[in-house]
Amino acid sequence: MTSIRFMWTAYAAVWIIHGTYIAALLRRYRRLQREMNSLPKS
Amino acid sequence: MKRTFPILAAVTALLLVFGTYQALVVAPTERTMGDVQRIFYYHVPSAWTAFCLFFLNLVASVIYLIRRNTSADALAVSAAETGVVFCTVVLVTGPLWARPVWGIWWTWDMRLTSTLVLWLIYVSYLLLRRFSDSAQTPVLAAVLAIFGALDVPLVYFSIWFFRTQHPQPVMGGGGSLDPRMLRVFLLNLAVFTLYGALLCWGRYRIEVMRRQVEETRALEALLDDGQAGSSPARSSR
Amino acid sequence: MSLLSPVTRATLLKDIRLEWRSKDALNSMLFFSLLVVVIFSFSFDPNAEESRQIAPGLIWVAFLFSTVVALNQTWARELRNHALDAYRVSPASPNSLFLAKTLGNFLFVTVLEALMAPLFVVFYNLRSIGPVWQLLLIGVLGTFALVVNGTFFAALSLRTRMREIMLPVILFPVSIPAIQAMVEATHIVLTGEGTARFWIVLLLTYDVVFTTASLALFGLILNAE
Repeated sequence: MTSIRFMWTAYAAVWIIHGTYIAALLRRYRRLQREMNSLPKS
Repeated sequence: MKRTFPILAAVTALLLVFGTYQALVVAPTERTMGDVQRIFYYHVPSAWTAFCLFFLNLVASVIYLIRRNTSADALAVSAAETGVVFCTVVLVTGPLWARPVWGIWWTWDMRLTSTLVLWLIYVSYLLLRRFSDSAQTPVLAAVLAIFGALDVPLVYFSIWFFRTQHPQPVMGGGGSLDPRMLRVFLLNLAVFTLYGALLCWGRYRIEVMRRQVEETRALEALLDDGQAGSSPARSSR
Repeated sequence: MSLLSPVTRATLLKDIRLEWRSKDALNSMLFFSLLVVVIFSFSFDPNAEESRQIAPGLIWVAFLFSTVVALNQTWARELRNHALDAYRVSPASPNSLFLAKTLGNFLFVTVLEALMAPLFVVFYNLRSIGPVWQLLLIGVLGTFALVVNGTFFAALSLRTRMREIMLPVILFPVSIPAIQAMVEATHIVLTGEGTARFWIVLLLTYDVVFTTASLALFGLILNAE
Protein backbone atom coordinates (compact mmCIF):
# COMPACT_ATOMS: atom_id res chain seq x y z
CA MET A 1 0.00 0.00 0.00
CA THR A 2 1.49 3.32 -1.03
CA SER A 3 1.82 5.84 1.74
CA ILE A 4 -0.89 8.13 0.40
CA ARG A 5 -3.39 5.24 0.69
CA PHE A 6 -2.67 5.13 4.41
CA MET A 7 -3.72 8.73 4.64
CA TRP A 8 -6.99 8.18 2.83
CA THR A 9 -7.66 5.08 4.89
CA ALA A 10 -7.07 7.06 8.06
CA TYR A 11 -9.38 9.89 7.04
CA ALA A 12 -12.05 7.42 5.95
CA ALA A 13 -11.69 5.46 9.20
CA VAL A 14 -12.18 8.62 11.25
CA TRP A 15 -15.46 9.43 9.57
CA ILE A 16 -16.66 5.86 9.60
CA ILE A 17 -16.11 5.74 13.36
CA HIS A 18 -17.79 9.08 13.97
CA GLY A 19 -20.54 8.35 11.46
CA THR A 20 -21.38 5.04 13.11
CA TYR A 21 -21.58 6.67 16.53
CA ILE A 22 -23.70 9.59 15.33
CA ALA A 23 -26.04 7.20 13.48
CA ALA A 24 -26.43 5.16 16.68
CA LEU A 25 -27.18 8.32 18.65
CA LEU A 26 -29.77 9.46 16.09
CA ARG A 27 -31.44 6.07 16.15
CA ARG A 28 -31.61 6.21 19.93
CA TYR A 29 -32.97 9.74 19.81
CA ARG A 30 -35.75 8.78 17.40
CA ARG A 31 -36.70 5.79 19.51
CA LEU A 32 -36.83 7.93 22.64
CA GLN A 33 -38.95 10.56 20.85
CA ARG A 34 -41.40 7.85 19.87
CA GLU A 35 -41.55 6.55 23.41
CA MET A 36 -42.06 10.00 24.85
CA ASN A 37 -44.96 10.64 22.49
CA SER A 38 -46.55 7.31 23.31
CA LEU A 39 -46.51 8.07 27.01
CA PRO A 40 -49.72 9.45 28.47
CA LYS A 41 -49.56 13.06 29.59
CA SER A 42 -48.98 12.53 33.29
CA MET B 1 -32.91 26.28 23.32
CA LYS B 2 -34.44 23.71 21.01
CA ARG B 3 -33.22 25.57 17.95
CA THR B 4 -29.66 26.00 19.20
CA PHE B 5 -28.58 22.43 18.83
CA PRO B 6 -29.40 21.88 15.14
CA ILE B 7 -27.90 25.26 14.25
CA LEU B 8 -24.72 24.50 16.17
CA ALA B 9 -24.59 21.08 14.58
CA ALA B 10 -24.79 22.57 11.11
CA VAL B 11 -22.12 25.15 11.93
CA THR B 12 -19.85 22.46 13.38
CA ALA B 13 -20.33 20.26 10.35
CA LEU B 14 -19.36 23.14 8.07
CA LEU B 15 -16.33 23.91 10.20
CA LEU B 16 -15.27 20.27 10.10
CA VAL B 17 -15.51 20.27 6.31
CA PHE B 18 -13.53 23.50 6.19
CA GLY B 19 -10.92 22.15 8.56
CA THR B 20 -10.57 18.97 6.51
CA TYR B 21 -10.21 20.98 3.35
CA GLN B 22 -7.48 23.03 4.98
CA ALA B 23 -5.74 19.88 6.14
CA LEU B 24 -5.91 18.14 2.81
CA VAL B 25 -5.40 20.99 0.35
CA VAL B 26 -4.19 24.20 1.92
CA ALA B 27 -1.56 22.90 4.30
CA PRO B 28 1.80 22.43 2.63
CA THR B 29 3.22 18.97 2.12
CA GLU B 30 5.66 17.92 4.76
CA ARG B 31 9.22 17.67 3.54
CA THR B 32 10.29 14.32 4.94
CA MET B 33 7.06 12.41 5.45
CA GLY B 34 5.04 13.53 2.48
CA ASP B 35 1.29 13.79 2.34
CA VAL B 36 0.80 11.02 4.90
CA GLN B 37 1.71 13.57 7.54
CA ARG B 38 -1.73 15.13 7.02
CA ILE B 39 -3.12 12.46 9.33
CA PHE B 40 -1.54 14.59 12.05
CA TYR B 41 -4.34 17.16 11.63
CA TYR B 42 -6.87 14.56 12.73
CA HIS B 43 -4.76 12.49 15.08
CA VAL B 44 -3.58 15.12 17.57
CA PRO B 45 -6.80 17.18 17.79
CA SER B 46 -8.72 13.94 18.43
CA ALA B 47 -6.32 13.06 21.23
CA TRP B 48 -6.71 16.49 22.79
CA THR B 49 -10.51 16.29 22.58
CA ALA B 50 -10.53 12.81 24.08
CA PHE B 51 -8.40 13.95 27.02
CA CYS B 52 -10.66 16.97 27.57
CA LEU B 53 -13.73 14.73 27.60
CA PHE B 54 -12.13 12.27 30.01
CA PHE B 55 -11.21 15.16 32.26
CA LEU B 56 -14.81 16.34 32.07
CA ASN B 57 -15.88 12.86 33.12
CA LEU B 58 -13.58 13.04 36.13
CA VAL B 59 -14.96 16.41 37.21
CA ALA B 60 -18.56 15.26 36.72
CA SER B 61 -17.85 12.06 38.67
CA VAL B 62 -16.39 13.97 41.62
CA ILE B 63 -19.29 16.42 41.61
CA TYR B 64 -21.68 13.49 41.57
CA LEU B 65 -19.99 11.85 44.54
CA ILE B 66 -20.17 15.06 46.54
CA ARG B 67 -23.64 16.30 45.61
CA ARG B 68 -25.39 13.20 44.20
CA ASN B 69 -26.72 15.35 41.39
CA THR B 70 -28.20 13.12 38.65
CA SER B 71 -27.35 15.52 35.86
CA ALA B 72 -23.70 15.31 36.90
CA ASP B 73 -23.93 11.56 36.48
CA ALA B 74 -25.62 11.92 33.08
CA LEU B 75 -22.80 14.22 32.03
CA ALA B 76 -20.22 11.76 33.30
CA VAL B 77 -21.49 8.90 31.17
CA SER B 78 -21.87 11.17 28.13
CA ALA B 79 -18.34 12.47 28.43
CA ALA B 80 -16.97 8.97 28.88
CA GLU B 81 -18.74 7.57 25.85
CA THR B 82 -17.82 10.39 23.50
CA GLY B 83 -14.29 10.36 24.90
CA VAL B 84 -13.96 6.71 23.97
CA VAL B 85 -15.09 7.49 20.40
CA PHE B 86 -12.39 10.14 19.96
CA CYS B 87 -9.85 7.92 21.69
CA THR B 88 -10.63 5.11 19.26
CA VAL B 89 -9.93 7.50 16.41
CA VAL B 90 -6.51 8.30 17.90
CA LEU B 91 -5.64 4.62 18.26
CA VAL B 92 -6.69 3.89 14.67
CA THR B 93 -5.00 6.87 13.02
CA GLY B 94 -1.79 6.44 15.02
CA PRO B 95 -0.68 3.11 13.55
CA LEU B 96 -1.94 4.15 10.10
CA TRP B 97 0.42 7.10 10.30
CA ALA B 98 3.29 5.22 11.88
CA ARG B 99 3.44 2.33 9.44
CA PRO B 100 4.26 4.22 6.22
CA VAL B 101 6.46 6.76 7.97
CA TRP B 102 8.43 4.84 10.58
CA GLY B 103 7.92 1.32 9.25
CA ILE B 104 6.27 0.00 12.39
CA TRP B 105 2.61 -0.21 13.35
CA TRP B 106 3.09 0.37 17.03
CA THR B 107 5.58 1.68 19.53
CA TRP B 108 5.35 2.15 23.26
CA ASP B 109 5.75 5.89 23.14
CA MET B 110 4.22 8.33 25.60
CA ARG B 111 1.21 9.46 23.67
CA LEU B 112 0.11 6.20 22.08
CA THR B 113 0.60 4.12 25.19
CA SER B 114 -1.15 6.50 27.55
CA THR B 115 -3.97 6.83 25.03
CA LEU B 116 -4.28 3.06 24.93
CA VAL B 117 -4.37 2.78 28.71
CA LEU B 118 -6.95 5.56 28.96
CA TRP B 119 -9.04 3.84 26.32
CA LEU B 120 -8.87 0.58 28.26
CA ILE B 121 -9.78 2.27 31.54
CA TYR B 122 -12.77 4.04 30.05
CA VAL B 123 -14.05 1.06 28.10
CA SER B 124 -13.94 -0.86 31.39
CA TYR B 125 -15.81 2.06 32.96
CA LEU B 126 -18.54 1.83 30.31
CA LEU B 127 -18.74 -1.94 30.74
CA LEU B 128 -19.13 -1.53 34.50
CA ARG B 129 -22.00 0.88 33.93
CA ARG B 130 -23.65 -1.47 31.49
CA PHE B 131 -23.37 -4.63 33.55
CA SER B 132 -23.89 -3.25 37.01
CA ASP B 133 -27.34 -4.08 38.30
CA SER B 134 -27.19 -1.95 41.37
CA ALA B 135 -29.16 1.26 41.90
CA GLN B 136 -25.85 2.71 43.08
CA THR B 137 -24.11 2.15 39.74
CA PRO B 138 -23.36 5.88 39.37
CA VAL B 139 -21.43 5.81 42.66
CA LEU B 140 -19.43 2.74 41.66
CA ALA B 141 -18.68 4.16 38.23
CA ALA B 142 -17.62 7.51 39.71
CA VAL B 143 -15.20 5.73 42.04
CA LEU B 144 -13.74 3.79 39.12
CA ALA B 145 -13.26 7.07 37.23
CA ILE B 146 -11.30 8.45 40.18
CA PHE B 147 -9.10 5.37 40.32
CA GLY B 148 -8.51 5.74 36.60
CA ALA B 149 -7.51 9.36 37.04
CA LEU B 150 -5.08 8.46 39.83
CA ASP B 151 -3.56 5.91 37.51
CA VAL B 152 -2.77 8.34 34.71
CA PRO B 153 0.30 10.05 36.24
CA LEU B 154 1.67 6.64 37.22
CA VAL B 155 1.24 5.48 33.63
CA TYR B 156 3.14 8.54 32.42
CA PHE B 157 6.03 7.95 34.78
CA SER B 158 6.32 4.30 33.94
CA ILE B 159 6.31 4.91 30.18
CA TRP B 160 8.73 7.82 30.50
CA PHE B 161 11.24 5.73 32.38
CA PHE B 162 10.69 2.74 30.12
CA ARG B 163 11.51 4.89 27.11
CA THR B 164 14.78 6.06 28.62
CA GLN B 165 15.75 2.44 29.18
CA HIS B 166 14.47 1.11 25.84
CA PRO B 167 14.85 3.85 23.27
CA GLN B 168 12.39 3.57 20.44
CA PRO B 169 11.71 5.72 17.39
CA VAL B 170 10.17 9.04 18.35
CA MET B 171 6.82 9.28 16.67
CA GLY B 172 4.72 12.26 15.88
CA GLY B 173 5.50 15.92 15.61
CA GLY B 174 9.13 16.17 16.54
CA GLY B 175 10.57 19.50 15.50
CA SER B 176 8.97 22.84 14.76
CA LEU B 177 6.01 23.35 12.51
CA ASP B 178 5.85 25.54 9.45
CA PRO B 179 3.56 28.52 10.41
CA ARG B 180 1.02 27.55 7.74
CA MET B 181 0.88 24.06 9.16
CA LEU B 182 0.53 25.48 12.65
CA ARG B 183 -2.47 27.53 11.53
CA VAL B 184 -4.22 24.52 10.02
CA PHE B 185 -3.39 22.49 13.10
CA LEU B 186 -4.78 25.07 15.51
CA LEU B 187 -7.90 25.43 13.38
CA ASN B 188 -8.54 21.70 13.46
CA LEU B 189 -7.76 21.64 17.16
CA ALA B 190 -10.47 24.24 17.81
CA VAL B 191 -12.96 22.60 15.45
CA PHE B 192 -12.49 19.15 16.96
CA THR B 193 -12.89 20.54 20.46
CA LEU B 194 -16.14 22.20 19.41
CA TYR B 195 -17.29 18.99 17.76
CA GLY B 196 -16.41 16.98 20.85
CA ALA B 197 -18.33 19.37 23.10
CA LEU B 198 -21.33 19.25 20.80
CA LEU B 199 -21.30 15.45 20.57
CA CYS B 200 -21.08 15.22 24.36
CA TRP B 201 -23.93 17.68 24.76
CA GLY B 202 -26.06 15.68 22.30
CA ARG B 203 -25.36 12.47 24.15
CA TYR B 204 -26.16 14.24 27.41
CA ARG B 205 -29.56 15.32 26.15
CA ILE B 206 -30.32 11.80 25.00
CA GLU B 207 -29.30 10.50 28.43
CA VAL B 208 -31.59 12.99 30.18
CA MET B 209 -34.45 12.00 27.86
CA ARG B 210 -33.81 8.33 28.50
CA ARG B 211 -33.97 8.87 32.26
CA GLN B 212 -37.17 10.89 31.97
CA VAL B 213 -38.82 8.15 29.95
CA GLU B 214 -37.70 5.52 32.44
CA GLU B 215 -38.97 7.49 35.40
CA THR B 216 -42.33 8.16 33.76
CA ARG B 217 -42.70 4.50 32.90
CA ALA B 218 -41.83 3.47 36.41
CA LEU B 219 -44.33 5.94 37.84
CA GLU B 220 -46.90 4.71 35.36
CA ALA B 221 -46.37 1.11 36.37
CA LEU B 222 -46.78 2.13 39.97
CA LEU B 223 -50.01 3.98 39.33
CA ASP B 224 -51.35 1.22 37.11
CA ASP B 225 -50.84 -1.31 39.84
CA GLY B 226 -52.67 0.95 42.22
CA GLN B 227 -55.60 1.37 39.86
CA ALA B 228 -55.83 -2.30 38.90
CA GLY B 229 -56.49 -3.11 42.54
CA SER B 230 -59.45 -0.77 42.86
CA SER B 231 -61.19 -1.09 39.46
CA PRO B 232 -61.22 -4.57 37.89
CA ALA B 233 -62.74 -3.41 34.56
CA ARG B 234 -60.07 -1.34 32.84
CA SER B 235 -59.18 -0.58 29.26
CA SER B 236 -56.28 -2.68 28.10
CA ARG B 237 -52.84 -1.15 27.79
CA MET C 1 -1.11 -7.95 64.91
CA SER C 2 -1.63 -5.40 67.65
CA LEU C 3 -1.41 -2.67 65.02
CA LEU C 4 -4.69 -3.86 63.60
CA SER C 5 -8.02 -2.91 65.07
CA PRO C 6 -9.94 -5.67 66.86
CA VAL C 7 -12.44 -5.80 64.00
CA THR C 8 -9.71 -6.23 61.43
CA ARG C 9 -8.01 -8.87 63.45
CA ALA C 10 -11.24 -10.76 64.07
CA THR C 11 -12.26 -10.66 60.41
CA LEU C 12 -8.83 -11.69 59.23
CA LEU C 13 -8.63 -14.59 61.65
CA LYS C 14 -12.12 -15.67 60.68
CA ASP C 15 -11.17 -15.75 57.01
CA ILE C 16 -7.97 -17.65 57.69
CA ARG C 17 -9.81 -20.11 59.89
CA LEU C 18 -12.52 -20.66 57.28
CA GLU C 19 -9.95 -21.22 54.57
CA TRP C 20 -7.97 -23.59 56.70
CA ARG C 21 -11.01 -25.62 57.66
CA SER C 22 -12.55 -25.97 54.23
CA LYS C 23 -9.32 -26.06 52.23
CA ASP C 24 -11.67 -26.03 49.23
CA ALA C 25 -10.56 -22.84 47.64
CA LEU C 26 -6.98 -23.29 48.72
CA ASN C 27 -6.65 -26.70 47.10
CA SER C 28 -8.26 -25.81 43.82
CA MET C 29 -6.34 -22.54 43.69
CA LEU C 30 -3.06 -24.30 44.32
CA PHE C 31 -3.76 -26.83 41.64
CA PHE C 32 -4.81 -24.10 39.20
CA SER C 33 -1.58 -22.22 39.84
CA LEU C 34 0.41 -25.38 39.26
CA LEU C 35 -1.37 -25.99 35.98
CA VAL C 36 -0.61 -22.46 34.84
CA VAL C 37 3.09 -22.92 35.51
CA VAL C 38 3.18 -26.23 33.67
CA ILE C 39 1.32 -24.93 30.65
CA PHE C 40 3.53 -21.88 30.40
CA SER C 41 6.56 -24.12 30.65
CA PHE C 42 5.32 -26.30 27.81
CA SER C 43 4.51 -23.30 25.66
CA PHE C 44 7.81 -21.56 26.15
CA ASP C 45 10.86 -23.73 26.36
CA PRO C 46 13.77 -21.36 26.47
CA ASN C 47 17.39 -21.94 27.30
CA ALA C 48 18.86 -20.39 30.41
CA GLU C 49 19.77 -17.05 28.87
CA GLU C 50 16.47 -16.56 27.06
CA SER C 51 14.53 -17.59 30.12
CA ARG C 52 15.93 -14.71 32.13
CA GLN C 53 14.56 -12.39 29.45
CA ILE C 54 11.05 -13.75 29.23
CA ALA C 55 10.50 -15.35 32.63
CA PRO C 56 9.60 -12.11 34.44
CA GLY C 57 6.67 -11.47 32.11
CA LEU C 58 5.48 -15.04 32.24
CA ILE C 59 5.76 -15.34 35.99
CA TRP C 60 3.87 -12.16 36.68
CA VAL C 61 1.13 -13.01 34.18
CA ALA C 62 0.76 -16.37 35.88
CA PHE C 63 0.60 -14.64 39.29
CA LEU C 64 -1.94 -12.20 37.91
CA PHE C 65 -4.27 -14.97 36.74
CA SER C 66 -4.01 -16.78 40.05
CA THR C 67 -4.69 -13.55 41.91
CA VAL C 68 -7.86 -12.91 39.93
CA VAL C 69 -9.12 -16.42 40.53
CA ALA C 70 -8.41 -16.03 44.26
CA LEU C 71 -9.99 -12.57 44.44
CA ASN C 72 -13.17 -13.64 42.74
CA GLN C 73 -14.36 -15.56 45.68
CA THR C 74 -13.21 -13.08 48.28
CA TRP C 75 -16.50 -11.30 48.71
CA ALA C 76 -18.73 -14.13 47.53
CA ARG C 77 -18.46 -15.73 50.94
CA GLU C 78 -19.77 -12.56 52.57
CA LEU C 79 -22.78 -12.44 50.30
CA ARG C 80 -24.00 -15.78 51.52
CA ASN C 81 -26.05 -15.53 54.68
CA HIS C 82 -26.08 -11.75 54.36
CA ALA C 83 -22.83 -11.41 56.24
CA LEU C 84 -22.08 -8.28 54.22
CA ASP C 85 -25.31 -6.65 55.34
CA ALA C 86 -24.36 -7.42 58.91
CA TYR C 87 -21.11 -5.52 58.39
CA ARG C 88 -22.96 -2.56 56.97
CA VAL C 89 -25.24 -2.11 59.92
CA SER C 90 -22.55 -2.77 62.48
CA PRO C 91 -20.70 0.21 63.99
CA ALA C 92 -17.42 -1.23 62.74
CA SER C 93 -15.49 1.05 60.41
CA PRO C 94 -15.63 -0.08 56.77
CA ASN C 95 -11.88 0.29 56.58
CA SER C 96 -11.39 -2.47 59.14
CA LEU C 97 -13.28 -4.82 56.87
CA PHE C 98 -11.35 -3.69 53.82
CA LEU C 99 -8.02 -4.04 55.55
CA ALA C 100 -8.90 -7.49 56.80
CA LYS C 101 -9.96 -8.64 53.34
CA THR C 102 -6.88 -7.16 51.71
CA LEU C 103 -4.50 -8.74 54.20
CA GLY C 104 -6.30 -12.06 53.94
CA ASN C 105 -6.05 -11.98 50.16
CA PHE C 106 -2.44 -10.92 50.37
CA LEU C 107 -1.58 -13.88 52.56
CA PHE C 108 -3.51 -16.21 50.34
CA VAL C 109 -1.88 -15.02 47.12
CA THR C 110 1.56 -15.05 48.73
CA VAL C 111 1.06 -18.71 49.58
CA LEU C 112 0.19 -19.39 45.95
CA GLU C 113 3.24 -17.51 44.74
CA ALA C 114 5.47 -19.33 47.20
CA LEU C 115 4.38 -22.52 45.50
CA MET C 116 4.62 -21.30 41.92
CA ALA C 117 7.95 -19.50 42.11
CA PRO C 118 10.10 -22.55 42.90
CA LEU C 119 8.36 -24.41 40.10
CA PHE C 120 9.25 -21.66 37.67
CA VAL C 121 12.82 -21.77 38.90
CA VAL C 122 12.89 -25.49 38.26
CA PHE C 123 11.20 -25.48 34.86
CA TYR C 124 13.13 -22.52 33.55
CA ASN C 125 16.43 -23.26 35.24
CA LEU C 126 16.39 -19.76 36.61
CA ARG C 127 19.32 -18.29 38.42
CA SER C 128 19.25 -14.70 39.48
CA ILE C 129 22.30 -12.61 38.70
CA GLY C 130 21.11 -9.72 40.83
CA PRO C 131 20.37 -9.82 44.57
CA VAL C 132 17.59 -12.17 45.57
CA TRP C 133 16.36 -10.00 48.44
CA GLN C 134 15.34 -7.45 45.81
CA LEU C 135 13.25 -10.12 44.12
CA LEU C 136 11.47 -10.74 47.38
CA LEU C 137 10.85 -7.02 47.85
CA ILE C 138 9.46 -6.73 44.31
CA GLY C 139 7.30 -9.75 45.00
CA VAL C 140 5.83 -8.23 48.14
CA LEU C 141 5.22 -4.78 46.65
CA GLY C 142 3.89 -6.14 43.38
CA THR C 143 1.56 -8.65 44.98
CA PHE C 144 0.23 -5.99 47.31
CA ALA C 145 -0.40 -3.68 44.35
CA LEU C 146 -2.52 -6.35 42.66
CA VAL C 147 -4.29 -7.39 45.84
CA VAL C 148 -5.21 -3.95 47.16
CA ASN C 149 -6.85 -2.86 43.93
CA GLY C 150 -8.18 -6.35 43.34
CA THR C 151 -9.95 -6.45 46.69
CA PHE C 152 -11.43 -3.01 46.12
CA PHE C 153 -12.56 -3.76 42.57
CA ALA C 154 -13.97 -7.10 43.65
CA ALA C 155 -16.27 -5.12 45.94
CA LEU C 156 -17.08 -2.77 43.04
CA SER C 157 -18.05 -5.61 40.75
CA LEU C 158 -20.04 -7.45 43.41
CA ARG C 159 -23.45 -6.49 42.06
CA THR C 160 -22.71 -6.84 38.39
CA ARG C 161 -23.84 -9.44 35.94
CA MET C 162 -20.93 -11.65 34.91
CA ARG C 163 -19.10 -10.73 38.07
CA GLU C 164 -16.21 -13.10 37.43
CA ILE C 165 -15.27 -11.47 34.15
CA MET C 166 -15.99 -7.92 35.32
CA LEU C 167 -13.31 -8.06 37.98
CA PRO C 168 -10.38 -8.57 35.58
CA VAL C 169 -12.00 -6.20 33.08
CA ILE C 170 -11.87 -3.27 35.50
CA LEU C 171 -8.74 -4.39 37.36
CA PHE C 172 -6.30 -4.94 34.50
CA PRO C 173 -6.31 -1.47 32.87
CA VAL C 174 -5.65 0.32 36.16
CA SER C 175 -2.95 -2.22 37.06
CA ILE C 176 -0.93 -1.65 33.90
CA PRO C 177 1.74 0.65 35.38
CA ALA C 178 2.16 -1.68 38.36
CA ILE C 179 2.50 -4.75 36.13
CA GLN C 180 5.03 -2.98 33.96
CA ALA C 181 7.00 -2.03 37.07
CA MET C 182 6.94 -5.58 38.46
CA VAL C 183 8.03 -7.15 35.22
CA GLU C 184 10.74 -4.61 34.47
CA ALA C 185 12.13 -4.72 38.00
CA THR C 186 12.19 -8.52 38.03
CA HIS C 187 13.88 -8.52 34.64
CA ILE C 188 16.54 -6.09 35.80
CA VAL C 189 17.31 -8.08 38.92
CA LEU C 190 17.38 -11.44 37.14
CA THR C 191 19.69 -10.25 34.40
CA GLY C 192 21.70 -8.05 36.73
CA GLU C 193 21.63 -5.20 34.21
CA GLY C 194 21.37 -1.89 36.02
CA THR C 195 19.37 -0.96 39.06
CA ALA C 196 15.73 -1.66 39.69
CA ARG C 197 15.48 1.25 42.10
CA PHE C 198 13.14 3.38 39.94
CA TRP C 199 10.67 0.55 39.41
CA ILE C 200 10.68 -0.39 43.06
CA VAL C 201 9.98 3.22 44.03
CA LEU C 202 7.21 3.34 41.42
CA LEU C 203 5.67 0.18 42.87
CA LEU C 204 5.87 1.64 46.34
CA THR C 205 4.21 4.85 45.14
CA TYR C 206 1.51 2.85 43.41
CA ASP C 207 0.86 0.90 46.60
CA VAL C 208 0.64 4.02 48.73
CA VAL C 209 -1.60 5.92 46.30
CA PHE C 210 -4.08 3.13 45.82
CA THR C 211 -4.16 1.95 49.41
CA THR C 212 -5.01 5.51 50.42
CA ALA C 213 -7.65 5.82 47.70
CA SER C 214 -9.18 2.47 48.62
CA LEU C 215 -9.35 3.30 52.30
CA ALA C 216 -10.83 6.71 51.53
CA LEU C 217 -13.51 5.42 49.18
CA PHE C 218 -14.34 1.98 50.54
CA GLY C 219 -17.02 3.31 52.86
CA LEU C 220 -18.90 4.63 49.82
CA ILE C 221 -18.70 1.25 48.11
CA LEU C 222 -19.73 -0.79 51.10
CA ASN C 223 -22.81 1.31 51.64
CA ALA C 224 -23.75 1.18 47.96
CA GLU C 225 -26.59 -1.24 47.55
